[in-house]
Amino acid sequence: MSPAQLPPPGWKVVIGLETHCQLATSTKLFCGCANQFGAPPNTQVCAVCSGQPGALPQFNGEALELGLRAALALDARVPARTKFDRKHYFYCDLPKGYQISQYDEPLCTGGGIALAGGKFVRLARIHLEEDAGKAIHDRGASSLVDLNRAGVPLIEAVTEPDLSSPQEAHEYLVALKEILQFAGVSECDMEKGSLRCDVNVSVQREGGPRGVKVEIKNLNSFANVVAALEHEIARQVQLVEAGGAVQQETRLFDADARVTRTMRTKEDAHDYRYFPDPDLPPITLAREHVERVRSRIPELPAARRQRYMAALGLSEYDARLVTQSRASSDWFEAALRHSDAPKELANWLNNEVAALFSEPASGVRTLDELPFKPFDLAELVELARAGRVTRAGARTILRAMLARPLAPRELMRELGLEASNDAAQLERWCREALVGRDRIAADVRAGQDKALGALIGPVLKLAGGKADPVAVRETLLRLIRTP
Amino acid sequence: MSRSGAEPFADRALERAPERTLEQALARVAEFNGRLGAFASIEAQRARAIAAAQAEVEASAQPLRGLSFAVKANLCWRGVETNAASAVLAGYRAPYSATAVERALASGATPLGVTNMDEFGFGSSGENSALGPTRNPWDLSRSPGGSSSGAAAAVAAGLVDFALGSDTGGSVRQPAALCGVSGFKPSYGRIPRWGLIAFASSLDCVGILAREVERIERVLAALSGEDPRDGTSLAEPPLTPLAPRSLRGLRIGVPREHFEAGVDPRVAQCVRAALAHCEREGALVRELELPHTRYASPCYYVVASAEASSNLARYDGVRYGARVEGDGTLQGMIEATRSRGLGPEARRRVALGSFVLSSGYYEAWYVHALKVRRAIARDFERAFESVDVLVGPTSPTLAFELGARTEDPLAMYAADVLTTPASLAGLPALSTPCGLVREGSADLPVGMQWIGPAGADALVLACGAAWQRASEHHRALPPLHASASAS
Repeated sequence: MSPAQLPPPGWKVVIGLETHCQLATSTKLFCGCANQFGAPPNTQVCAVCSGQPGALPQFNGEALELGLRAALALDARVPARTKFDRKHYFYCDLPKGYQISQYDEPLCTGGGIALAGGKFVRLARIHLEEDAGKAIHDRGASSLVDLNRAGVPLIEAVTEPDLSSPQEAHEYLVALKEILQFAGVSECDMEKGSLRCDVNVSVQREGGPRGVKVEIKNLNSFANVVAALEHEIARQVQLVEAGGAVQQETRLFDADARVTRTMRTKEDAHDYRYFPDPDLPPITLAREHVERVRSRIPELPAARRQRYMAALGLSEYDARLVTQSRASSDWFEAALRHSDAPKELANWLNNEVAALFSEPASGVRTLDELPFKPFDLAELVELARAGRVTRAGARTILRAMLARPLAPRELMRELGLEASNDAAQLERWCREALVGRDRIAADVRAGQDKALGALIGPVLKLAGGKADPVAVRETLLRLIRTP
Repeated sequence: MSRSGAEPFADRALERAPERTLEQALARVAEFNGRLGAFASIEAQRARAIAAAQAEVEASAQPLRGLSFAVKANLCWRGVETNAASAVLAGYRAPYSATAVERALASGATPLGVTNMDEFGFGSSGENSALGPTRNPWDLSRSPGGSSSGAAAAVAAGLVDFALGSDTGGSVRQPAALCGVSGFKPSYGRIPRWGLIAFASSLDCVGILAREVERIERVLAALSGEDPRDGTSLAEPPLTPLAPRSLRGLRIGVPREHFEAGVDPRVAQCVRAALAHCEREGALVRELELPHTRYASPCYYVVASAEASSNLARYDGVRYGARVEGDGTLQGMIEATRSRGLGPEARRRVALGSFVLSSGYYEAWYVHALKVRRAIARDFERAFESVDVLVGPTSPTLAFELGARTEDPLAMYAADVLTTPASLAGLPALSTPCGLVREGSADLPVGMQWIGPAGADALVLACGAAWQRASEHHRALPPLHASASAS
């Protein structure tokens, strides 16, 4: 069954997502260890996060701030009080034999995300919890455990079963990631494992009774969420159509084989024995505190897009591209402080600068890696807009900016790309290009303006990037039409 | 008998030159410990190094300068084996020190070693120890009580000036009573729990044992005060002792239930005599009721075991302590480590605690116990509307023979029936000696328990100190005592 047929005709698909997202705090949730990806194994570990006897958790207020930001950015209800609970299970990467999480008094309830098509995906809750360490089983006879990640703060956002296709799930995740990034809650970098997903999915015949829910755990990319859902939906539909019944169970997605496999059935489901953590007093969430957090939330992507369109005149397309990440939007706004031309700036950012990232020769893949600053781009755009340099010339300067730390203006002079304002020189280039192209000139004279293109090219070539195409066009028309 | 008046207590131990007496103290511990089993380890070299470092500091900056003490085996002491008397932590050297240990050291007190205990605090006799039992200096065939068994025996035998213990349901007060010394469980959170190996986090308190209550006041002043590393520590500065007072005008409530079924009549009589003495000193004594007292013990064993089952989950053999490989799988290793490493009573509490937290039983057991816990706390609140302190026996019995209760967990659990109520309510409670009872060829001490309102630690200690100024019971020494030492 191909993805295009999902949900299959006559079937209804019900999907709910649980998204774990690492908070961008400087330290872990209950100790002072650094919350930083990529350090050598077991170098960001202390008595608390390694579960030493007698060590006690100390709650990190920064995690509460970021958790509340997430709650408020997603329009959730923040209660007057929240508390931590212990969730028990044994595994080698879980130092205390329990995870500190939240059970019946989560950080917030309700809220949600509006998808582009108008559907509102409701959130059931968001809770705070600590991450486990990392177990490595493929290095010889013994397993290895890295506790750097143990105790890193997470929020888990749980949706209601409101999604009805893998595509909707994907759209929800993209929107969630955008919001959390813009609100400064999380980097949401899947490569670093800072965003992970569990999905719940069931299928039912249109108008039929509700299907049996299957959980697929630990999906570490949006593509895997979509692929796992597609395969699981197909599996369930085929199973039921063949007269079988879906079992309530937890499955794992094998990204290489692109299938889901049983991890545990309902019978051996864990009893986590949740109870309130006696080491952590409940947290009172005073209204004033919550409102102060709200005032610190940066402008969110939807609001930015609206503003870019309404106040700056960007097209929806450009506004969407500029706001595709917090980094891009912030970069745009930094450049904007040095420019009066938001539309041109967005155009350059979305086209010329974005093009650099797909050119291997450029050596840059993200805005972070650009050797020049937003105001440099603003200056270049301004040069092009004022006609000081042609678009082709500006493209050449942009590439030169990657190699040399000079202002666009200086590069323009050095490379001799300053657009010529010398009308006599322009006329000489045009006359030269017309030589031997009488047929084309005749076509233009006969009213076929399109033919002019075949003349402009040779002029620009002769001018070596210094001629402005608009001026070339005007000059050519004047020369051809003037007998 | 009485030595009334309110002159301040002169702690002669504070005037000793620590360097000179340290060697004598260490020698006495080495000499006595073979018979007592009070110390799990004697840390002579470390004690010398600490004393030498302390001697470099201005004495006036060290309010406990010159006092020797002992550390219960469940309080982390950096670099020292801190195994809570459990085989599962055999060889575990704490990578950091508990707040209580840190503060005692900074105050100039010198630790001589680590004391024996019931494994993780699970017991009232000292017999649930992977290190072997501790004996009562009043009669070596008897238990010193528990779980701070070694701490109480060491103080009673005069081997240390004070001892750090821990009290979850009576583990400082009960052994203090059975060994004829004073033992104080502060208000919950008064002394930070950082570095106290957890038994039941909502009940665990670091406690202090010493012969004189005024010494406990001094030590408490040094150990108390908020610690940001313990989110449940009281947000208050270190406690300053109250000015010495007498018992005159003190309103003492006597809970009828604390003298009822299960209390040895000789113990009850001894405490009643002490109360009569208090009345002669001017105290206003009246009986009252704490109607939920009889639910305290079952409530305690549900709540404490639930928390214990969770707190002991970290002993899985993965990161530290003793590992038993089992069948070679991860789950097999964890099962084998816990089955072999945890003693029978620890396994019983883990099983009980896991049961009361399991789905389907949680509401009926754990949540129900929390409601009872609140009812018990309300009993106390009502009582303290009309009295200043409550007084009754600390232990329902005298020190019992070693082995007498090891086969009967419920009989063992009955030992803390009078101490668990104050633990459940988080109240400050003190046991002080109030007399001796002759049994066979031995004189056995009786302790009286002073319970105060939440946060009124200073009041409880001031009452205990007043009692000791008015009485001589705390001066009675056991047959096995360092003052009789040849060295």
